[in-house]
Amino acid sequence: MEYAGYLFTVIAVMTAATFLTRVLPFVLLYKVADHHVLVFLGRYLPPVMMVLLVVYTFKNEDLASTGFLPELGCLALTAALHLLFKHPLVSILGGTGAYMALVQMGMS
Amino acid sequence: MSLEHSTNRFVFQASLPVMFGYIPLGMAFGVLFSDLGYHWIYATLMGIFIFAGAAQFLAVGLLANSAGLMEMFITIFLLNSRHMFYGISLVGKIPNKGARRLYQIFGLTDETYSLLTSSRLPDWISPAEFQFKVTLFNQVYWVIGCTLGAWLGGQISFSTAGIEFVLPALFMVLAIEQYKSLQKPAPFILALLIGIATLLFISRDQMLLISILLSMSVLLMIHAGKRWNTQATSSPSSQ
Repeated sequence: MEYAGYLFTVIAVMTAATFLTRVLPFVLLYKVADHHVLVFLGRYLPPVMMVLLVVYTFKNEDLASTGFLPELGCLALTAALHLLFKHPLVSILGGTGAYMALVQMGMS
Repeated sequence: MSLEHSTNRFVFQASLPVMFGYIPLGMAFGVLFSDLGYHWIYATLMGIFIFAGAAQFLAVGLLANSAGLMEMFITIFLLNSRHMFYGISLVGKIPNKGARRLYQIFGLTDETYSLLTSSRLPDWISPAEFQFKVTLFNQVYWVIGCTLGAWLGGQISFSTAGIEFVLPALFMVLAIEQYKSLQKPAPFILALLIGIATLLFISRDQMLLISILLSMSVLLMIHAGKRWNTQATSSPSSQ
Protein backbone atom coordinates (compact mmCIF):
# COMPACT_ATOMS: atom_id res chain seq x y z
CA MET A 1 0.00 0.00 0.00
CA GLU A 2 2.43 2.62 -1.28
CA TYR A 3 -0.38 5.23 -1.32
CA ALA A 4 -0.87 5.10 2.48
CA GLY A 5 1.33 8.13 3.19
CA TYR A 6 -0.41 10.20 0.53
CA LEU A 7 -3.89 9.28 1.80
CA PHE A 8 -2.94 9.98 5.42
CA THR A 9 -1.78 13.45 4.35
CA VAL A 10 -4.96 14.09 2.36
CA ILE A 11 -7.15 12.95 5.25
CA ALA A 12 -5.17 15.14 7.68
CA VAL A 13 -5.59 18.20 5.44
CA MET A 14 -9.33 17.64 5.00
CA THR A 15 -9.78 16.95 8.70
CA ALA A 16 -8.03 20.24 9.53
CA ALA A 17 -10.15 22.20 7.01
CA THR A 18 -13.42 20.74 8.32
CA PHE A 19 -12.53 21.06 11.99
CA LEU A 20 -11.46 24.67 11.47
CA THR A 21 -14.93 25.61 10.17
CA ARG A 22 -16.48 24.06 13.27
CA VAL A 23 -14.13 25.35 15.94
CA LEU A 24 -13.53 28.94 14.76
CA PRO A 25 -16.65 30.55 16.29
CA PHE A 26 -15.97 28.86 19.63
CA VAL A 27 -12.39 30.15 19.66
CA LEU A 28 -13.18 33.66 18.40
CA LEU A 29 -16.46 34.28 20.22
CA TYR A 30 -15.97 32.43 23.50
CA LYS A 31 -15.30 35.57 25.54
CA VAL A 32 -18.37 37.37 24.20
CA ALA A 33 -20.86 34.48 24.45
CA ASP A 34 -23.37 36.60 26.40
CA HIS A 35 -23.17 39.59 24.05
CA HIS A 36 -26.67 40.71 22.99
CA VAL A 37 -25.99 40.06 19.30
CA LEU A 38 -25.00 36.44 19.98
CA VAL A 39 -27.98 35.92 22.28
CA PHE A 40 -30.23 37.23 19.51
CA LEU A 41 -28.62 35.03 16.85
CA GLY A 42 -28.67 32.03 19.19
CA ARG A 43 -32.42 32.44 19.44
CA TYR A 44 -33.35 33.14 15.83
CA LEU A 45 -30.64 31.42 13.78
CA PRO A 46 -31.71 27.81 14.56
CA PRO A 47 -35.25 28.21 13.11
CA VAL A 48 -33.81 30.02 10.09
CA MET A 49 -31.27 27.23 9.54
CA MET A 50 -33.92 24.54 9.80
CA VAL A 51 -36.09 26.19 7.14
CA LEU A 52 -33.07 26.75 4.86
CA LEU A 53 -32.10 23.08 5.20
CA VAL A 54 -35.66 22.16 4.17
CA VAL A 55 -35.52 24.49 1.13
CA TYR A 56 -32.11 22.98 0.29
CA THR A 57 -34.03 19.81 -0.68
CA PHE A 58 -34.90 21.57 -3.94
CA LYS A 59 -31.29 22.33 -4.88
CA ASN A 60 -31.28 19.82 -7.74
CA GLU A 61 -34.77 20.58 -9.04
CA ASP A 62 -35.73 22.97 -11.77
CA LEU A 63 -38.24 25.18 -9.97
CA ALA A 64 -39.57 26.41 -13.31
CA SER A 65 -40.79 22.93 -14.29
CA THR A 66 -42.87 20.49 -12.24
CA GLY A 67 -39.86 18.37 -11.18
CA PHE A 68 -40.03 19.67 -7.62
CA LEU A 69 -43.57 18.44 -6.99
CA PRO A 70 -42.66 14.98 -5.53
CA GLU A 71 -40.35 16.62 -2.96
CA LEU A 72 -42.89 19.32 -2.16
CA GLY A 73 -45.69 16.79 -1.83
CA CYS A 74 -43.69 14.50 0.44
CA LEU A 75 -42.53 17.39 2.63
CA ALA A 76 -46.18 18.46 2.95
CA LEU A 77 -47.13 14.89 3.84
CA THR A 78 -44.36 14.81 6.48
CA ALA A 79 -45.63 18.09 7.97
CA ALA A 80 -49.26 16.93 7.91
CA LEU A 81 -48.39 13.62 9.61
CA HIS A 82 -46.40 15.50 12.22
CA LEU A 83 -49.23 17.91 13.00
CA LEU A 84 -51.69 15.01 13.19
CA PHE A 85 -49.76 12.39 15.15
CA LYS A 86 -47.00 14.48 16.80
CA HIS A 87 -44.63 11.54 16.52
CA PRO A 88 -41.34 12.32 14.68
CA LEU A 89 -40.71 8.78 13.47
CA VAL A 90 -44.21 8.40 12.04
CA SER A 91 -43.86 11.69 10.13
CA ILE A 92 -40.33 11.03 8.87
CA LEU A 93 -40.89 7.43 7.85
CA GLY A 94 -44.26 8.28 6.27
CA GLY A 95 -42.81 11.10 4.17
CA THR A 96 -39.71 9.11 3.22
CA GLY A 97 -41.71 5.99 2.38
CA ALA A 98 -43.94 8.01 0.06
CA TYR A 99 -40.89 9.60 -1.59
CA MET A 100 -39.16 6.24 -2.08
CA ALA A 101 -42.33 4.83 -3.64
CA LEU A 102 -42.47 7.79 -6.06
CA VAL A 103 -38.78 7.51 -6.95
CA GLN A 104 -38.89 3.77 -7.49
CA MET A 105 -41.99 4.06 -9.66
CA GLY A 106 -39.94 6.50 -11.73
CA MET A 107 -41.96 9.59 -10.91
CA SER A 108 -39.11 11.71 -9.62
CA MET B 1 -33.53 0.25 34.69
CA SER B 2 -30.50 2.42 35.22
CA LEU B 3 -30.45 6.11 34.33
CA GLU B 4 -27.52 5.55 32.00
CA HIS B 5 -29.51 2.96 30.10
CA SER B 6 -32.54 5.18 29.61
CA THR B 7 -30.42 8.14 28.51
CA ASN B 8 -28.95 5.92 25.81
CA ARG B 9 -32.42 4.84 24.80
CA PHE B 10 -33.69 8.40 24.65
CA VAL B 11 -30.71 9.48 22.54
CA PHE B 12 -31.12 6.46 20.28
CA GLN B 13 -34.77 7.25 19.67
CA ALA B 14 -34.06 10.93 19.04
CA SER B 15 -31.27 10.07 16.59
CA LEU B 16 -33.07 7.23 14.80
CA PRO B 17 -33.99 9.40 11.77
CA VAL B 18 -30.33 10.40 11.46
CA MET B 19 -29.40 6.71 11.48
CA PHE B 20 -31.80 6.03 8.61
CA GLY B 21 -30.15 8.91 6.75
CA TYR B 22 -26.50 8.44 7.63
CA ILE B 23 -26.16 4.72 6.98
CA PRO B 24 -27.40 4.80 3.35
CA LEU B 25 -25.65 8.13 2.64
CA GLY B 26 -22.42 6.87 4.19
CA MET B 27 -22.76 3.71 2.10
CA ALA B 28 -23.22 5.80 -1.04
CA PHE B 29 -19.99 7.60 -0.19
CA GLY B 30 -18.23 4.28 0.49
CA VAL B 31 -19.32 2.81 -2.84
CA LEU B 32 -18.04 5.90 -4.68
CA PHE B 33 -14.80 5.76 -2.71
CA SER B 34 -14.28 2.08 -3.56
CA ASP B 35 -14.14 3.02 -7.26
CA LEU B 36 -10.85 4.82 -6.54
CA GLY B 37 -9.25 1.44 -5.86
CA TYR B 38 -7.98 2.21 -2.35
CA HIS B 39 -8.39 -0.08 0.66
CA TRP B 40 -11.78 0.29 2.39
CA ILE B 41 -10.15 1.20 5.70
CA TYR B 42 -9.47 4.71 4.33
CA ALA B 43 -13.19 5.29 3.92
CA THR B 44 -13.58 4.34 7.59
CA LEU B 45 -10.77 6.75 8.54
CA MET B 46 -12.41 9.55 6.55
CA GLY B 47 -15.69 8.94 8.38
CA ILE B 48 -13.87 9.03 11.71
CA PHE B 49 -11.64 12.05 11.12
CA ILE B 50 -13.32 14.25 8.51
CA PHE B 51 -16.93 13.38 9.44
CA ALA B 52 -18.64 15.66 6.93
CA GLY B 53 -20.98 14.29 4.28
CA ALA B 54 -20.65 16.78 1.45
CA ALA B 55 -16.90 17.18 2.05
CA GLN B 56 -16.30 13.43 1.79
CA PHE B 57 -18.23 13.17 -1.46
CA LEU B 58 -16.19 16.07 -2.80
CA ALA B 59 -13.01 14.40 -1.51
CA VAL B 60 -13.65 11.45 -3.83
CA GLY B 61 -13.71 13.86 -6.78
CA LEU B 62 -10.60 15.68 -5.56
CA LEU B 63 -8.73 12.39 -5.12
CA ALA B 64 -9.83 11.17 -8.56
CA ASN B 65 -8.44 14.41 -10.07
CA SER B 66 -5.23 14.25 -7.98
CA ALA B 67 -5.91 17.77 -6.71
CA GLY B 68 -3.16 19.61 -4.81
CA LEU B 69 -3.22 19.69 -1.00
CA MET B 70 -3.77 23.47 -0.89
CA GLU B 71 -6.65 23.18 -3.34
CA MET B 72 -8.14 20.42 -1.18
CA PHE B 73 -7.83 22.51 1.97
CA ILE B 74 -9.45 25.61 0.45
CA THR B 75 -12.24 23.71 -1.32
CA ILE B 76 -13.20 21.73 1.78
CA PHE B 77 -12.96 24.81 4.01
CA LEU B 78 -15.27 26.82 1.75
CA LEU B 79 -17.69 23.92 1.31
CA ASN B 80 -17.99 23.51 5.07
CA SER B 81 -17.96 27.18 6.00
CA ARG B 82 -21.69 27.10 6.84
CA HIS B 83 -20.68 25.20 9.99
CA MET B 84 -19.36 28.48 11.38
CA PHE B 85 -22.91 29.74 11.69
CA TYR B 86 -23.89 26.68 13.68
CA GLY B 87 -21.10 27.49 16.10
CA ILE B 88 -22.15 31.13 16.32
CA SER B 89 -25.58 30.17 17.66
CA LEU B 90 -24.17 27.51 20.02
CA VAL B 91 -21.37 29.49 21.69
CA GLY B 92 -22.16 29.45 25.40
CA LYS B 93 -24.70 26.64 25.01
CA ILE B 94 -22.40 23.63 25.29
CA PRO B 95 -22.13 22.72 28.97
CA ASN B 96 -19.48 20.03 28.43
CA LYS B 97 -15.83 20.79 29.15
CA GLY B 98 -12.51 19.38 28.03
CA ALA B 99 -12.33 16.45 25.64
CA ARG B 100 -16.12 16.02 25.41
CA ARG B 101 -16.53 19.69 24.46
CA LEU B 102 -13.81 19.42 21.83
CA TYR B 103 -15.40 16.27 20.44
CA GLN B 104 -18.81 17.91 20.27
CA ILE B 105 -17.42 20.87 18.33
CA PHE B 106 -15.56 18.46 16.03
CA GLY B 107 -18.76 16.52 15.35
CA LEU B 108 -21.10 19.45 14.70
CA THR B 109 -22.82 18.31 11.48
CA ASP B 110 -26.07 19.71 10.04
CA GLU B 111 -28.02 16.87 11.58
CA THR B 112 -26.37 17.00 15.00
CA TYR B 113 -26.89 20.77 15.14
CA SER B 114 -30.54 20.28 14.21
CA LEU B 115 -31.16 17.70 16.94
CA LEU B 116 -29.29 19.76 19.55
CA THR B 117 -31.25 22.94 18.86
CA SER B 118 -34.67 21.33 18.42
CA SER B 119 -34.97 18.60 21.03
CA ARG B 120 -37.00 19.18 24.15
CA LEU B 121 -35.47 17.11 26.93
CA PRO B 122 -37.29 15.49 29.84
CA ASP B 123 -35.87 16.82 33.12
CA TRP B 124 -34.19 13.55 34.10
CA ILE B 125 -31.72 13.93 31.21
CA SER B 126 -28.65 16.09 31.57
CA PRO B 127 -28.26 18.38 28.53
CA ALA B 128 -24.49 17.82 28.61
CA GLU B 129 -24.92 14.04 28.43
CA PHE B 130 -27.56 14.34 25.71
CA GLN B 131 -25.44 16.64 23.53
CA PHE B 132 -22.35 14.46 23.78
CA LYS B 133 -24.20 11.23 23.05
CA VAL B 134 -26.19 12.60 20.11
CA THR B 135 -22.89 13.63 18.52
CA LEU B 136 -21.33 10.24 19.24
CA PHE B 137 -24.31 8.13 18.09
CA ASN B 138 -24.58 10.13 14.86
CA GLN B 139 -20.92 9.61 14.10
CA VAL B 140 -21.19 5.88 14.78
CA TYR B 141 -24.02 5.62 12.20
CA TRP B 142 -21.94 7.57 9.70
CA VAL B 143 -18.78 5.49 10.17
CA ILE B 144 -20.78 2.25 9.85
CA GLY B 145 -22.26 3.51 6.56
CA CYS B 146 -18.91 4.64 5.11
CA THR B 147 -17.26 1.35 6.04
CA LEU B 148 -20.04 -0.90 4.73
CA GLY B 149 -20.20 0.98 1.44
CA ALA B 150 -16.46 0.88 0.78
CA TRP B 151 -16.18 -2.72 1.95
CA LEU B 152 -19.04 -4.06 -0.14
CA GLY B 153 -18.30 -1.69 -3.00
CA GLY B 154 -19.93 -2.50 -6.29
CA GLN B 155 -21.65 -5.61 -4.87
CA ILE B 156 -24.45 -3.42 -3.55
CA SER B 157 -27.46 -2.94 -5.74
CA PHE B 158 -29.34 0.09 -4.52
CA SER B 159 -32.98 -0.76 -4.13
CA THR B 160 -33.04 1.96 -1.48
CA ALA B 161 -33.38 4.81 -4.00
CA GLY B 162 -35.01 7.82 -2.40
CA ILE B 163 -34.08 6.95 1.18
CA GLU B 164 -31.94 10.10 1.34
CA PHE B 165 -35.25 11.92 1.78
CA VAL B 166 -35.13 11.03 5.51
CA LEU B 167 -32.87 14.03 6.07
CA PRO B 168 -35.16 16.68 4.50
CA ALA B 169 -38.07 14.99 6.33
CA LEU B 170 -36.10 15.24 9.59
CA PHE B 171 -35.41 18.95 8.99
CA MET B 172 -39.12 19.49 8.24
CA VAL B 173 -40.14 17.87 11.54
CA LEU B 174 -37.50 19.83 13.45
CA ALA B 175 -38.63 23.10 11.83
CA ILE B 176 -42.16 22.41 13.12
CA GLU B 177 -40.77 21.64 16.58
CA GLN B 178 -38.80 24.90 16.50
CA TYR B 179 -41.97 26.76 15.59
CA LYS B 180 -43.84 25.17 18.49
CA SER B 181 -41.26 26.40 20.97
CA LEU B 182 -40.64 29.85 19.42
CA GLN B 183 -44.30 30.67 18.58
CA LYS B 184 -43.29 33.44 16.15
CA PRO B 185 -43.73 33.02 12.39
CA ALA B 186 -41.38 35.84 11.29
CA PRO B 187 -38.01 34.00 11.21
CA PHE B 188 -39.59 31.04 9.41
CA ILE B 189 -41.17 33.22 6.72
CA LEU B 190 -37.95 35.19 6.35
CA ALA B 191 -35.89 32.04 5.81
CA LEU B 192 -38.44 30.56 3.40
CA LEU B 193 -38.42 33.69 1.22
CA ILE B 194 -34.64 34.06 1.27
CA GLY B 195 -34.07 30.35 0.60
CA ILE B 196 -36.44 30.23 -2.39
CA ALA B 197 -35.16 33.55 -3.79
CA THR B 198 -31.55 32.31 -3.56
CA LEU B 199 -32.43 29.08 -5.40
CA LEU B 200 -34.35 30.95 -8.10
CA PHE B 201 -32.20 34.01 -8.69
CA ILE B 202 -28.71 33.57 -7.27
CA SER B 203 -27.20 30.10 -7.11
CA ARG B 204 -28.26 26.52 -6.69
CA ASP B 205 -24.79 25.11 -5.97
CA GLN B 206 -24.00 27.69 -3.29
CA MET B 207 -27.61 28.00 -2.06
CA LEU B 208 -27.00 27.04 1.55
CA LEU B 209 -24.05 29.33 2.22
CA ILE B 210 -25.49 32.34 0.36
CA SER B 211 -28.94 32.07 1.95
CA ILE B 212 -27.39 31.69 5.41
CA LEU B 213 -25.30 34.84 4.85
CA LEU B 214 -28.33 36.77 3.56
CA SER B 215 -30.57 35.62 6.42
CA MET B 216 -27.95 36.48 9.00
CA SER B 217 -27.51 39.95 7.51
CA VAL B 218 -31.25 40.56 7.68
CA LEU B 219 -31.39 39.24 11.29
CA LEU B 220 -28.54 41.56 12.29
CA MET B 221 -30.26 44.54 10.65
CA ILE B 222 -33.52 43.75 12.45
CA HIS B 223 -31.64 43.46 15.74
CA ALA B 224 -29.77 46.71 15.18
CA GLY B 225 -33.01 48.46 14.21
CA LYS B 226 -34.78 47.26 17.37
CA ARG B 227 -31.97 48.40 19.63
CA TRP B 228 -31.74 51.73 17.85
CA ASN B 229 -35.48 52.26 18.37
CA THR B 230 -35.49 51.34 22.05
CA GLN B 231 -32.45 53.52 22.72
CA ALA B 232 -34.00 56.45 20.83
CA THR B 233 -37.27 56.24 22.76
CA SER B 234 -35.89 55.55 26.23
CA SER B 235 -34.43 58.31 28.39
CA PRO B 236 -30.65 58.33 28.90
CA SER B 237 -31.05 57.68 32.65
CA SER B 238 -32.81 54.35 32.06
CA GLN B 239 -29.76 52.90 30.30
